[in-house]
Amino acid sequence: MTSDSLTRAFALLLKRDLLLAMRHRAEMINPLLFFVLVTSLFPLGIGAEPALLRAVGPGVIWVAALLAALLSLEGIFRSDFEDGTLEQFLLSSHPVSVLVLAKVLAHWLITGLPLLLVSPLLGVLLGLPGDAIVILLVTLALGTPVLSLIGAIGVALTVGLRKGGMILSLLVLPLYIPLLIFAASAVDTAAAGFPVSAHLSLISALLVLALSLSPFATAAALRVSLS
Amino acid sequence: MTQREHSPALEAHALQCIRDDRTLFSELAFRLTPGEALVLEGRNGSGKTSLLRILCGIRLPDAGTVSWGGTDINKLGPDYHVDTAYVGHRDGIKLDLTPLENLAMARALGKPNNTTLEAALEKVDLHGFEDVLTRNLSAGQQRRLALARLLVTDTVLWILDEPFTSLDTDGIKSIEKLFEQHTRDGGMLAVTSHHAVNLANTRCQRINLSELAP
Repeated sequence: MTSDSLTRAFALLLKRDLLLAMRHRAEMINPLLFFVLVTSLFPLGIGAEPALLRAVGPGVIWVAALLAALLSLEGIFRSDFEDGTLEQFLLSSHPVSVLVLAKVLAHWLITGLPLLLVSPLLGVLLGLPGDAIVILLVTLALGTPVLSLIGAIGVALTVGLRKGGMILSLLVLPLYIPLLIFAASAVDTAAAGFPVSAHLSLISALLVLALSLSPFATAAALRVSLS
Repeated sequence: MTQREHSPALEAHALQCIRDDRTLFSELAFRLTPGEALVLEGRNGSGKTSLLRILCGIRLPDAGTVSWGGTDINKLGPDYHVDTAYVGHRDGIKLDLTPLENLAMARALGKPNNTTLEAALEKVDLHGFEDVLTRNLSAGQQRRLALARLLVTDTVLWILDEPFTSLDTDGIKSIEKLFEQHTRDGGMLAVTSHHAVNLANTRCQRINLSELAP
């Protein structure tokens, strides 16, 4: 197959997933509402002490982002598995890893990007200083694609199971830990006024690693799940 | 006479399929050449669907090999899939897309031929439903749309699992006509059906899987 037709398949699949998401707008907004709601529960639960909120803020926002991403992960492959279109992807004449990448990109645009856009508001809500909010945005911009990429492997492995949701979280959450550590600590460090380039480099490295390995792992996992 | 006289043959050698410790079939062998149809028969649970999934390369056989032009299909990967089309139990279409959108995606996944999407829909009598959400079509119409996928890519081997499910008598006849056309052009079919497959002008190999069960 020529690279031209591969590009066309990639673009069409991306467009298809975005179109399907637009036709289910209500479902698309749920993870975002969840993200905002969980974050705003913390001031209610631990008290509105500004210093305390500022201290826990980065961690809270990042944990909420992980959970929101986790809730939306099943959407990457579940409906395609149920209606048989996933089989068609495996039987296509294009590399499955490229098709997987299109689906993960669509998932990020639908769920990761909105999180990124509302996160400054939540930063203000938790009283983070301006510099920290900028770094929060940068870590989310680099980190949410990693959530989608790693999550895709987990969903691909569990999509054939009837009740895969719980196993999915047990499988994927531990893999999110390095990202959570570096991202939350980058925002903390920025709030304290220290440079964060080391943290950002590490998160970028995680992104490059996930981007180069996850599509292949996901494609292999899908083969296992469907056979 | 045929466009595809040099198409490779599909060969199965000593295939075995085990499901939940139960051997469904073993030592299954056949050779399918261009213009031929393979009709799989057998009672429910005799392994017809499993065999088709093995022939697609979705499922690995527990023993034996399937080869396409002499090479194992699992080594060929996408080079095999470019020549094959599969319509399974599940239609493989999105209910929230229109028939045209569904076919456009199906075409992009394979090697496009020169049939337009509209012409393909017309051939399965879905003319006039191009822009209706597939969800609003009847079960039979959804099945027709799934079969229309076969027409928009340039494939040799069609692997079909119960293609006539929910089709009316006229629908079955027109789909059978498409199958005959395909084999006349040098294509191949591997099909399971509870409905008697009536392909008068096609060489048919029939394999009854119930008889192969140990």
